[in-house]
Amino acid sequence: MYGKGLRPLSIATVVAILAAFSLVFFYAPLDADQGFIQKIFYLHVPLAITALIGFVIGGLFAIAHLRSGNRKWDAYSYVSIHMSVIFGVAVLITGSIWAKASWGHWWVWDEPTLVSFLIVFLMYATYYPFRYAIEDPERQARYASVFAVTAGAFVPLNFMAVRMAQSLVHPRTFGTANGGLPGEMMLVFLCCLATMALLWVTLVKFELTAKSASGQVKRLRRALDAPAPGGASRIAPEVS
Amino acid sequence: MTPSRTAFATILAKDLRAELRTWQSLPAMALFATTTFVIFRFGLDRTQLSGSLASGVLWATLLFAALLGVNRLFVSEREEGGFDAIRLAPIDRSVLFSAKAAALVIYLLALELVAVPIFALFFLGSAAALAPLVLVLLLANLGIAATGTLISSMAVHSRARDLLGPLVLLPLVVPLMIAATGASEPLLAVGGPGYHRFGTWLAVLSLYDLIFLLVGYAVFDFLLED
Amino acid sequence: MHALATLLPVGAPALPLDEAGKYVAAAFIVFMVLLVVYVAIMAAKLQRIEKELRELAGFAENRAKGEEAAPARDEVSAR
Repeated sequence: MYGKGLRPLSIATVVAILAAFSLVFFYAPLDADQGFIQKIFYLHVPLAITALIGFVIGGLFAIAHLRSGNRKWDAYSYVSIHMSVIFGVAVLITGSIWAKASWGHWWVWDEPTLVSFLIVFLMYATYYPFRYAIEDPERQARYASVFAVTAGAFVPLNFMAVRMAQSLVHPRTFGTANGGLPGEMMLVFLCCLATMALLWVTLVKFELTAKSASGQVKRLRRALDAPAPGGASRIAPEVS
Repeated sequence: MTPSRTAFATILAKDLRAELRTWQSLPAMALFATTTFVIFRFGLDRTQLSGSLASGVLWATLLFAALLGVNRLFVSEREEGGFDAIRLAPIDRSVLFSAKAAALVIYLLALELVAVPIFALFFLGSAAALAPLVLVLLLANLGIAATGTLISSMAVHSRARDLLGPLVLLPLVVPLMIAATGASEPLLAVGGPGYHRFGTWLAVLSLYDLIFLLVGYAVFDFLLED
Repeated sequence: MHALATLLPVGAPALPLDEAGKYVAAAFIVFMVLLVVYVAIMAAKLQRIEKELRELAGFAENRAKGEEAAPARDEVSAR
């Protein structure tokens, strides 16, 4: 039963988003150096952290799938990665807007975190053609799990390597002048992080519910011997 | 010898023998690399390369040539039932991973034995950088072999396998490329080889190798399940 | 805490409030648009599932009625 709890989760998510955005604009103090632009980070960074954790979660579900052989873990893994890729699109777009606002260009190579994220995004973007190219569904699920585990191992290595490469080109100092984040900013940041995490969980649950319903419809169709409507999805795993 | 080691030796020997007999991968890889160097000469409009340009051209070319070898790595297993043979044999299945990765390392070494001197001939003023470069090449070969074998073993079961392998492998080797070029760039500097952060980059390469050799070895069993 | 601070890079130039406002607004709007588009796609998917369920329900009902009526239905299902 995937749909249980969707309504309270959705309501909580909407409330959280409204509350978090209000905090960002009415409570968080203005950053001394970056000014109003800094507000983008309350959106960009929580999205990025959530996406990255989502990829790791996808890897963990993949391990569960490999060890148990139960295909539901593969569905969880697929949806986790899928959702994190979508969040990743938002990360890259908001990151690009920040780059334009701060540096005048729609993309900069100066931000190691953003560049690392781009590479991670490109890696996980190959997940879809990879799945699609393997026809046997059971094999597809297994290989996809291997991919998710390998890509999961890749993420920290990538962040490390990119960060090391950047300091040769453009030394940057992070953090505010006094070396830390003021209390109010940290509070708002954590609220935004919690909100994005909640959003991710809610949307994943939505996807799984829709998949489950789809799967039930297919089962019903088979049981009734009814004709099928059109091509079934070849890359998304089924959930029953 | 233990059954696993016998299997390892057998698979590796079979691969090398096949390659020596048919020459289906190595000449293509070496030729590809050489022609790519020529393309870079004209593309960049340069006859001498140093520093980051030299490092970039060398590693990009080696990587793309390696992809040719990676693509062909499991084709014979796929066509002649090698996967089934491993499944039936009473040995640790990951031995197929080690044997294939070892074969790929050997192919890469053979490729570099040809391509790197040609690179030096075409673009470098002196061969002084080549000796320390060997160390970088050795470590990078392990990383490409680990990830290449893992991805290739899956891509061979797919449609459009020649496309899928490179597609998935390229982002995966970006950290390895960052480290390899990071180490090579000072080596190929104009004034003579420099060793700025050489040890650090070698450490990163080693970490990459370790992680993906372990990951590959650990998951390979699941790949071969029926 | 300090580690999280490194994720909020500072040191880039500040823009006047009205110009900066455009970019911040753009970022938040992009987020909302993505969210709305996703929900819309989800809604479409769910509508399709509902439609299929109705079809299947109709099919099952017809079959039940048919089985009541005629015995020669075996030919039809065997096809």
